[in-house]
Amino acid sequence: MPALYADVDRVEQLIRQLAAAYGPSGHEEPVRALLSAHVAPLADEITVDRLGNLIARIRGQGGPQARRVMLAAHMDEIGLIVTHIDDKGFLRFAPVGGLGPATLLGQRVVFADGTVGVIGAEKLEDVKDLKMERLFIDIGAGSRAAAAQRVQVGSMAVFAQEVAGSGSRLTGKALDDRSGCAVLVEVMHHLRAAAPPHEVYCVFSVQEEVGLRGARTAAYAIAPDMALAVDVTPSGDTPQGEKLNVALGGGTAIKVKDRSLISHPKVRQLLVDTAAEAGIPYQMEVLPYGGTDAGAIHLTKSGVPAGALSIPARYLHTPGEMVDLGDVAATVDLLVAVLKGPLPEMPA
Amino acid sequence: MPTEPARGAGPQHPLVPLLQALTELPGPSGREHAVGRRVADLLAPYVTDIRHDALGNCIALKQGAGPEPRPRLMLAAHMDEIGLIVTRVEEGGFLRFAPVGGVDARAVLGQEVRVHADAPLPGYVGAKPPHLLTSQERDRTIPLEDLFIDVGLPEEAARRRIPPGTFVTVHQPLTPLLGTRVAGKALDNRASVAALIEAMRLLARWHHEADVYAVATVQEEVGLRGAMVSTYRVVPDMAIAVDVGFGAAPGLPEDQVLAMGQGPAIGLGANIHPRLHGMLVRTAQQHNIPHQIEPLPGSTGTDAWAMQVVQSGVPTALVSIPARYLHTSVEVVDLEDVRHTARLLAHLAASVTAADPEGWRYDLA
Amino acid sequence: MILRELSELPGVSGDEHRVRARLWEAVRDRVDGGRVDALGNLITWKGADRPGPKVMIAAHMDEIGLMITRIDKDGLLRFRKVGGIDDRVLAAKAVRVGPDGIPGVIGLKPIHLLKDNEAKKAVSHEELYIDIGAASKEEAERVVRPGMYATFATAFGELGDGLVKGKAFDDRAGCALLVELLALDFPFPVYGVFTVQEEIGLRGARVAAYDVAPGLALVLEGTTCADTPGTDPHGQSTLLGHGPAITVMDATHIPARPLVDGLVAAAESAGIPWQWKRTTFGGTDAGSIHLTRAGVPAATVSVPCRYIHSPCAFMSLRDFENTRRLVAAFLEDVPRVAERLAQGSA
Repeated sequence: MPALYADVDRVEQLIRQLAAAYGPSGHEEPVRALLSAHVAPLADEITVDRLGNLIARIRGQGGPQARRVMLAAHMDEIGLIVTHIDDKGFLRFAPVGGLGPATLLGQRVVFADGTVGVIGAEKLEDVKDLKMERLFIDIGAGSRAAAAQRVQVGSMAVFAQEVAGSGSRLTGKALDDRSGCAVLVEVMHHLRAAAPPHEVYCVFSVQEEVGLRGARTAAYAIAPDMALAVDVTPSGDTPQGEKLNVALGGGTAIKVKDRSLISHPKVRQLLVDTAAEAGIPYQMEVLPYGGTDAGAIHLTKSGVPAGALSIPARYLHTPGEMVDLGDVAATVDLLVAVLKGPLPEMPA
Repeated sequence: MPTEPARGAGPQHPLVPLLQALTELPGPSGREHAVGRRVADLLAPYVTDIRHDALGNCIALKQGAGPEPRPRLMLAAHMDEIGLIVTRVEEGGFLRFAPVGGVDARAVLGQEVRVHADAPLPGYVGAKPPHLLTSQERDRTIPLEDLFIDVGLPEEAARRRIPPGTFVTVHQPLTPLLGTRVAGKALDNRASVAALIEAMRLLARWHHEADVYAVATVQEEVGLRGAMVSTYRVVPDMAIAVDVGFGAAPGLPEDQVLAMGQGPAIGLGANIHPRLHGMLVRTAQQHNIPHQIEPLPGSTGTDAWAMQVVQSGVPTALVSIPARYLHTSVEVVDLEDVRHTARLLAHLAASVTAADPEGWRYDLA
Repeated sequence: MILRELSELPGVSGDEHRVRARLWEAVRDRVDGGRVDALGNLITWKGADRPGPKVMIAAHMDEIGLMITRIDKDGLLRFRKVGGIDDRVLAAKAVRVGPDGIPGVIGLKPIHLLKDNEAKKAVSHEELYIDIGAASKEEAERVVRPGMYATFATAFGELGDGLVKGKAFDDRAGCALLVELLALDFPFPVYGVFTVQEEIGLRGARVAAYDVAPGLALVLEGTTCADTPGTDPHGQSTLLGHGPAITVMDATHIPARPLVDGLVAAAESAGIPWQWKRTTFGGTDAGSIHLTRAGVPAATVSVPCRYIHSPCAFMSLRDFENTRRLVAAFLEDVPRVAERLAQGSA
């Protein structure tokens, strides 16, 4: 199905570039630098706030229909933080964001300076004994001193896994939520031309994975009339998978509810109606757990009508996350279509 | 033949119609608008202003007669109930679902429900028949994700009419029991909403200095969300949340329950401002309102917990209506407890003067 | 020594006022003003009119403890915990109940009467009770009411090689440090905030930070020190005697890098021993401060406390003094740190 607005090749290239960058929660600088370069020509104003959120503002045409809209996608990815260097140079660590020990065994990780490590485990009697405390990172240093030349307590590592394509699907680390960031950039490409009445803040947020933190302070400063988060969501379409409705290739997922948010009914209806009218493939999403930046945004000050669009994804929080480019394109298309039109009346 | 009618067959408690009007409507967290509209209609005769905010909180103001700036008192009762949400339609037209709020899987099995699609469709939460279960299976609680809702429609019709994201509530009409007790769904927290509306009805006839905000909040069951944003808007000088508390019943730890029929419980602990607690206790004593004290060591798990930490902090209190079997379709309250809660709130609201919040936050010499 | 007094005062989350009163007495002549807010935080300030950045330094007044929830017919007191307490440290302890500090004990079944494996099972707090010696409910009710608080009856004392022992070093140690730091003078506004209800959700700090709206914040804490037998080196968190501990990350907060770097630099140039806090569980007031309004760069420095969240913790007076020195040195550096923060946002 051809996309309405999205330049799929351009989005794919950007996803690959962003996903390859290093950016665990609290240390998103390299991702922010890349995004800054991309959005500078597309925005009227760029700022970085106190927590490190990158905020790109596009002035609208104004007028009685104009609203202030905040879009958010998070720059940070999950990772590991070094908590201890032992006398043989092995590194002990804790997770940054939602990571379990099973996904870590034998994985390759990489630090900010490019230092590579592999995750090993103590000898286990039973796989049930597998816990984070039994794992360590081996960077090939022979001693504490040698290790300390490359890393220190507080250094963070992320999965080392390039994005690869397979048909219309991409797989790699950090598609959560670099694919969402790429969606926002692509939307920005079209906003200038579309010249909507609305003032649009595209927020590339920090520290979502550790508690939706960046979005909270960004929303306080922006005080939007309406907000949409763009993130990934788990699909239910793998063998003996979770009983979830969302499937890869089913279009952009319009979120009804997760643990952090019950989407504002008018925002949800706006998304459904716009998608139906424009022939953009979509599916409804109900997630019994999890959260997105919209969860933090909607509770700012005296409340913000908010919703979320999700890119269906498999194998989340592993190095092999997988998304479908058609779903990515549909997400771009729906956002552009929504922003071009009037927004529903919502109580102040 | 009995010469006396059974107690339950006697005259209806005056609060039954109000409570019925509030509980018969569906209002799961995130879809409270029907309840919000009814609350607005019921409050309209007693207040000067009503509005609904971005999340659907119903914020009603009854202005006081004192000189400006008047003290601002906020009374809050959450109007949402726990519910279910359809996650997908399966082969055969059966609906899988997820919880909205703290749903007990044991309470949901075998429940009649309403699926709020294009119309409220009757349904039933089914599972494997007992004859087909092994004895081990029968001892386990069936987890929510293994349950399903049957609306009796063929698959095609179910798929067409019931998209994922459709909200579901349990169906249980309000049932008067013996004496002044009633059973039904959503008494958590429509019983408190009823007390709030009744309090405003009493207050309508009285003189009071303070501006009184009566707020029916949303989404308490999923994270105290409505209370957070409505308090941010109102910026009260003092706030009282009204919710249900654990009514005493067999098997419950005695130090964590409230006696049924002995009046509202006034909370005491970190979530409660000691001066506001004191005002409530004195008000109850002065007006002969039966009441109990509820020690609350940490989080009260109610709107009061959210309200207390909005902006620069709000002196907060919690008044609880004892209720049994919480988060089931057969919650039980004593309507006299509801009536006394209303009296307590109304008398307290009438007693607030500009002098009261003075000294609750203060400069040090 | 103010640390002695602060350690022995009762101040369970929600009941901090006695600690607050003592702290105000200690700092009133060192600051320009103070106020008590709706939750009971003590907010003090000096140099409010000076040019920025506005610095908030916070330490929490509340301690973990117990709340009496019911008096049984035999005069025994049922209770519930306030804050994170391992049930197992409650058994067989002496406590003080209520504003008058009535002595009580949390007893335990005599070992002689235990059934086979009972001694191996941890006793849940729901099975425990406080005995104040009352023979009946009426006798108990004369001196205790549900809603009163109980604390461990630990006396402060000195022992070992420059160590002190006592209850509530988390976070009376931080409070004592803040009292000392407020004696200093700074070229920028400083708000010394003694917070409430940290142990039950970082709550006082949240509203105080909203009110103060600082440009930068530092939190002073007592932290886990598990350098004792049975803990792997990577689970120890901190080591007693190795100096103040700087947090790289905890469950509620990833401290701003320029502040962490500033703390390390201050320690190194002043020759102050320091260590990383090497675990990431738990939270501090920085967790709520850094997310108020449009965000506040924040960091946490802690004094190591063995046996934290138990009736009796150990702390090294050298660690305490070095923490004071480190924070004082860091504060001298604040204008430079603020510059680096501003550059990061440019």
